[in-house]
Amino acid sequence: MMPKVMVVTSGKGGVGKTTSSASLGAALAQRGQNVVLIDFDVGLRNLDLVMGAERRVVYDLVNVVQGDAKLAQALIRDKRIETLSLLPASQTRDKDALTEDGVQAVIEELKEKFDWIICDSPAGIEKGAQLAMRFADMAVVVTNPEVSSVRDSDRIIGLLDSITLRAENGDNFEKHLLLTRYNAGRAARGEMLNVKDVLDILAIPLLGIVPESPDVLNASNLGCPVTLHMPESTAARAYAEAARRLCGEKLEVVEPVERKAGLMSRLFGRKAAVA
Amino acid sequence: MSIFGFFTRTRSAPVARDRLQILLAHERRLAGQSDLVAILREEILAVIAKHMSIDKEKVNVKLDCGDNVSTLEVNVELQDIPKAVASQA
Repeated sequence: MMPKVMVVTSGKGGVGKTTSSASLGAALAQRGQNVVLIDFDVGLRNLDLVMGAERRVVYDLVNVVQGDAKLAQALIRDKRIETLSLLPASQTRDKDALTEDGVQAVIEELKEKFDWIICDSPAGIEKGAQLAMRFADMAVVVTNPEVSSVRDSDRIIGLLDSITLRAENGDNFEKHLLLTRYNAGRAARGEMLNVKDVLDILAIPLLGIVPESPDVLNASNLGCPVTLHMPESTAARAYAEAARRLCGEKLEVVEPVERKAGLMSRLFGRKAAVA
Repeated sequence: MSIFGFFTRTRSAPVARDRLQILLAHERRLAGQSDLVAILREEILAVIAKHMSIDKEKVNVKLDCGDNVSTLEVNVELQDIPKAVASQA
């Protein structure tokens, strides 16, 4: 297969970009895909921590871009999944350390070894976020069912359609919505935007719905993607299914139902739109 | 919570949905134009500054997109008008 460069982005901070990058990356790697995760959040790296690799960082993305280290020296191979690697962000240097040409060269080199290059974008719409999306083939837009997150996602979608290299060349740019921190009960009671509301407003295909779950926090506390730590949890299953959709499987997105619901509705949760 | 509380609880999500739809319709229309206003401002300023001295802080460029008519409003407060120009006016 042709290597895919996928940016995980959102505009707003704290919606679950890093967690989703780690979980989707791990889920793809668990399926045997060769995956590399790149942390683009220069100065505020966190993907290493969520992946449990914080003590193994020697060189980082900036070192590679500036030619101080070879790519192979900076890549950290995951200890649990052989086909998963991480390219950490630098913690100290300033954001101007990344150049467009440098980033492009790194991504081109990674394409020789990996099936998936997942770019974990920093929050915001400044240079770091723009570089993370610039060379992507597709995007996962992480959104919470909350007004400020939806507004920022709309802004990011506009940016993806204007400043990515593919968009600039007039090529098709796939965008997928990953709805995270979804609370089915509150949505059903009209206290929170529901899946249909967000899909109507943002109008991009749905990749998955990750329910709000303590398992996600537990997993990052332990430095282990939730798909590895608790593969049977609802959040892990949502990420695993999203990964299968990314691989091209036609898998219907089932809207989560409230936990208190009866067995029948739990088994036959209401169907949402398909990606 | 009492049974009355359950029935009178505000359903805020529909309000959120409506507010977002109105706001985003507006923001999408303006997308990319914020840069345009900045560019216009700089270029208009440069032309005027060639001929008279102006205070860059006292320039206001406003682009208003209405349903039927859109207007570009440029307000420049002049400092000292050259005598030659003033006598022509």
